[in-house]
Amino acid sequence: MDGKGRKSAESSRLLRMVGITKGFLGVRVLTGVDLDVAPGEVHAVVGENGAGKSTLMKILAGVHAPDDGTIEIDGRRVRFGHPLDAQRAGVAIIYQEFNLLPERSVAENVFLGREPSRRGLVDAAAMIRETGRLLAELGEDSFGPRDPVKRLSVAQQQVVEIVKALSLDARIVVMDEPTAALAEHEVELLHRLVRRLQDRGLAVLYISHRLREVFDLTSRVTVLKDGARVACLDTAATGPDELIRLMVGRDLGSYFPPRSSAAGEVRLSVTGGGNAHVHDISLELRAGEIVGLAGLQGSGRTELVKALFGAEPFTTGAMTPVRPRSVREGVAAGLGLVTEDRKAEGLALRQSVRDNALLVARAAGRRVPALTALLERVRLSPPRQEQEVRYLSGGNQQKVVLAKWLVMAPDVLLFDEPTRGVDVGAKAAIHDLMRSVAEEGTAILMISSELPELIGMSDRILVLRDGRLAGELPAGVSEEAIMHLAAGEEDS
Amino acid sequence: MSTTGPRVAEASASPDGDGRTGSGGPRRLWTALDPTKVVYLALAAVIAIGWVLVALDGGAFLTTETIVGIQQRSAALGIVAVGQTLAILAGSLDLSVAYLISLSSLVAAEVMEAGSVPGGVAAVIGVSALVGLVNGLVITKLHVHAFIATLGVALIIKGVLDHLYDGPAGRVPESFQHLGYDRIGPIPVSALLWAAVAGVAWFLLAKSRYGYRVHAVGGDVEVARLSGIRTDRVVVVTHVLCSLCAGIAGLLLASRLGAGVPTVGTDGGYDLESIAAVVLGGTALAGGKGGVAGTVGGVLLLAVLDSVFNQLEVNSFFKDVVRGVVIVAAVALYARRRTS
Repeated sequence: MDGKGRKSAESSRLLRMVGITKGFLGVRVLTGVDLDVAPGEVHAVVGENGAGKSTLMKILAGVHAPDDGTIEIDGRRVRFGHPLDAQRAGVAIIYQEFNLLPERSVAENVFLGREPSRRGLVDAAAMIRETGRLLAELGEDSFGPRDPVKRLSVAQQQVVEIVKALSLDARIVVMDEPTAALAEHEVELLHRLVRRLQDRGLAVLYISHRLREVFDLTSRVTVLKDGARVACLDTAATGPDELIRLMVGRDLGSYFPPRSSAAGEVRLSVTGGGNAHVHDISLELRAGEIVGLAGLQGSGRTELVKALFGAEPFTTGAMTPVRPRSVREGVAAGLGLVTEDRKAEGLALRQSVRDNALLVARAAGRRVPALTALLERVRLSPPRQEQEVRYLSGGNQQKVVLAKWLVMAPDVLLFDEPTRGVDVGAKAAIHDLMRSVAEEGTAILMISSELPELIGMSDRILVLRDGRLAGELPAGVSEEAIMHLAAGEEDS
Repeated sequence: MSTTGPRVAEASASPDGDGRTGSGGPRRLWTALDPTKVVYLALAAVIAIGWVLVALDGGAFLTTETIVGIQQRSAALGIVAVGQTLAILAGSLDLSVAYLISLSSLVAAEVMEAGSVPGGVAAVIGVSALVGLVNGLVITKLHVHAFIATLGVALIIKGVLDHLYDGPAGRVPESFQHLGYDRIGPIPVSALLWAAVAGVAWFLLAKSRYGYRVHAVGGDVEVARLSGIRTDRVVVVTHVLCSLCAGIAGLLLASRLGAGVPTVGTDGGYDLESIAAVVLGGTALAGGKGGVAGTVGGVLLLAVLDSVFNQLEVNSFFKDVVRGVVIVAAVALYARRRTS
């Protein structure tokens, strides 16, 4: 595009966000982010987990108010105090988690809160007619306006959200990782829908981790990194290599404990493991090694460790020492899982440190061991056993979760985001501890969305894509290599 | 007030379920049976079995007398349960209905003794609307869970009743007693009143915006709020309507008893029994799903069971055991259906 063309395009921007800045509790999440979109444009927003994409979109949707910066729609300055304000201004956002009532019909969901009425009564016929018309316009005939939403597939529910956006006369549609939960053939249908929206002159902001669809679908792409916009490019003028470099491009400045020398005997092995979420999983974990598990959101990482652990068991395949059918069997077989969400899944928040640390041992009917040495080992500070864990910092809470499993002296420990929401000091302590546990002969599998952590800690890295193992990378591999494999861009 | 569960959980779980239900005839039949149909099938079954049992016992089951009895016994509970249906559908519930019924019967009898019948009716409507308003406001503005809020209001009413009354009080004029005892053919006037209340509630739920909003608020408060629904207002209105239903039940009982009785509501166990009837009728206790038709079936089912046991002269302890089993079994059945 030449300079003149760009100028006329600038003046026809439907949406312009300028200098958006936002912090939560003193932590800067977005710094001076600019974003603009033209009618009929599909605009990609990409970035690593935690780059600020979702926050930016929530500001556009009126969920959060920016600390600084302006939003203009059609050249007019807008301020959104409530999601409804954004809705009235023509912004519709389709979250990964749908806002639908499963018990109600498609039409009732589309017109929720603004049902057409005649003489004071809901005009159900008009609702059904209008919903049917919009469905037909989108070429959707696999379900009708009267079908209850709970009977629809995820892809069909997404169509309902899109119809809702259209019925609101939305002109800017934000789609947050719309294909994360879709199967391959459904992705194709969704792309067709997005192009229809584009043809109608709507602006579509498309957040995706999958670079292939960024190149298939969008004309421009904004790259966010660490809460700032690092680039806005014409998609045709760039390539996956450049995008990945822009998304990750930073140094591995931090310290990680030295790697171990050699892996020992096999502690766990799976051949052809699969269930509803992950497929054809074959892997081995050996004593003394830390294996990283990489993958995009929705690639099935958490599902995989839960399958290994027995929380969402494999339904097919072989596993040694056993294929656990329940958590109890997993624990009995010497497995432990440090979950992603320690508040919901890892700890009983109102119980004491002691009770939490003994949770698994007691459930397994083990003799209650002395905790003092163990709490010292995980460097809980202060090591007070009677403290309720809800009053501890994130780092200390995570140490209690670790203690809970170390009591059992597990053969295999699975970590799902071990240092999420943990301060720098505690992070290093947890890393050291993981390494020392590995050296004592425990096999460790670790999920992390933080690539530097994954690279710094892992002896080798397994990469998941769409519920399948896409490959294995050696220690010290580059972030680009991981992203290529995780996003399925290795050939392009 | 209600639980704001994970929004996607249910939605994303269903497609898997569908995938599995695709094959097999019995499964399909099973899922085609919604709880409302189940409760009426159960009602038909209980009538048939009861008829056989009573006949074997040497009696006649479906006489005019028993039919009238069933209707009369169920009218008051039925009216309360209609109100309770609204509250539960909206994701709330009301434990204050039993004491409110007692209070309403006393207000009606005292005002009617001193003044006129219309005055008594108006006073009851005023008092019960006020109680519902308090319930709704405590739940929405003070963010007290409905269970505790309505339990607290129930205790307050109990305190007032215990302080003011030792026994029955007031007198209902004979003209008003027609409501409790008259009948048109085999249909008692009280049953017609119940039908009218149920009809109004059904109409509101199915046809009015308010009804759509009740379903939305009970289904997911957050989704409702993000769709621009004033969720607090819906809950308050619902509690006013629920309490009005309890007030009407109080009027009916006052007309039957000829006086106000401070224990009439609690003796009838209208609080827990109305909730049981609603749940038996297939309305989800978590809200958002169900309706008045099921509740009517649930109330009738309980009444027919009662009637069968009475005719067979079954021990009343055994009667309670069977009622308990029926309620638990029904809800387990609905839960099974939902997960399959």
